[in-house]
Amino acid sequence: MNFTLFVTALLTGILFVGVVTVLAKLISPRSFNEQKEEAYECGVPTRGRSWMQFRVGYYLFAILFLMFDVETMFLFPWAVVMKTLGTSGLLAVGVFLFVLVLGLAYAWRKGALKWQ
Amino acid sequence: MFDFSKISSWLHGFLTGYIPEWAAILTESVLVALAIITLYAVFAIVLIYMERKICAAFQCRLGPMRVGPWGTLQVFSDVFKMLTKEIINLRKTDMFLHNLAPFLVVSASMVTFACLPWNKGAHMIDFNVGVFFFLAISSVGVVGILLAGWSSNNKYSLIGAMRSGAQIISYELSIGMTMLAMICLTGTMSFSEICEQQAVEGWNIFRGHVPAVLAFIIYLIAGNAECNRGPFDLPESESELTAGYHTEYSGMHFGYYYLAEYLNLFICAGMASTIFLGGWAPLHIAGLEGFNHIMDLIPGAVWFLGKAFFVVFLLMWLRWTFPRLRIDQILSLEWKYLVPITMFNLVLMALLVSLGLTF
Repeated sequence: MNFTLFVTALLTGILFVGVVTVLAKLISPRSFNEQKEEAYECGVPTRGRSWMQFRVGYYLFAILFLMFDVETMFLFPWAVVMKTLGTSGLLAVGVFLFVLVLGLAYAWRKGALKWQ
Repeated sequence: MFDFSKISSWLHGFLTGYIPEWAAILTESVLVALAIITLYAVFAIVLIYMERKICAAFQCRLGPMRVGPWGTLQVFSDVFKMLTKEIINLRKTDMFLHNLAPFLVVSASMVTFACLPWNKGAHMIDFNVGVFFFLAISSVGVVGILLAGWSSNNKYSLIGAMRSGAQIISYELSIGMTMLAMICLTGTMSFSEICEQQAVEGWNIFRGHVPAVLAFIIYLIAGNAECNRGPFDLPESESELTAGYHTEYSGMHFGYYYLAEYLNLFICAGMASTIFLGGWAPLHIAGLEGFNHIMDLIPGAVWFLGKAFFVVFLLMWLRWTFPRLRIDQILSLEWKYLVPITMFNLVLMALLVSLGLTF
């Protein structure tokens, strides 16, 4: 039943956007104008292309995020059964977190967290 | 406390009495879909009106006053204006991705919206891995934002989308880790079980005392950043990037982003109320039997909505009080402060729970 409801919610979202877009296209006025199809940007004509290389700083954070996000993914099952695992589970996760903190400290030291 | 599952099981029995099983499930799915759309629209309208009034109050203005009594019909007229505006197809955009992006943003927010527990027994999607599912689906929205910025062929949109991407994925870490700390306390990931547990044993924020309060504060900061709001509204900082990633969207296409932004705010607040403040669980004080009994008489949905709107008010307060941060300040706040604090908080919570020092 849960999975059915998940698919229902997903389809609701898709249908909502689809139906409302069609409705808006039906009732909205339409006019054709050479200038209207230009990109707005800030109001003056756009220069050059916008699909260009982008600064690497953003990607660096994406890579760091990947490391920590995978880590949280591994921690979720542990958190659920933490009370039954007891001390051994706590120690194992302590070692795991320690390695990760070392990773963060390394990235920090190397200047990966500095925006330049 | 009123149990909504009585109504849903009665409806299921009633339907299967007349029509086959699959048709009953289909009918129920359609009803659920209608409920989702209705609630989505109603909450969007309420939140937009609330935001405009609260913003006005913080700036010593009156806000919308002309359309309807106290401007209550202003939002309706805005929605109809958006519906009747032309959706302009720009010449140099990546058409397919440009039209695909609103689908991703809206359906991600609708699925997460359906995860909220409204009352005892009144939850739409309730997986046993609920929190994990919620985190997974909520991060689909950022793909829509990145696509919107990238496909617009507009440098400002691209910058806005990139900032938004970096910011959302960074703050998702804090959200995940604070929720992880709370899962240590509850021992379950299902939202309905988390709420039921809190109805019996007290709200999580009281049960987990110090680490829970710390987690709640960090969750509020990170949630504000996840919604691209408040001091973290860099992606659409209107004074520098026109409107950020949705500059090139017109009419209802822009409306979808507007809707999704406000619904994400409500979903963030609803999750805060579910995980930290007890969801539909009433406030109980040990020893005060009469007080507890009176609190039990208030319906669960009222409790849930009251807590959620309280958190919404907190987030709006944050938004209209603080000045906007720079991108380097945002990223260093997350990576140099919040990530180490949440990690420490997780360890602290795990230690307290295993030593039995929580309530």
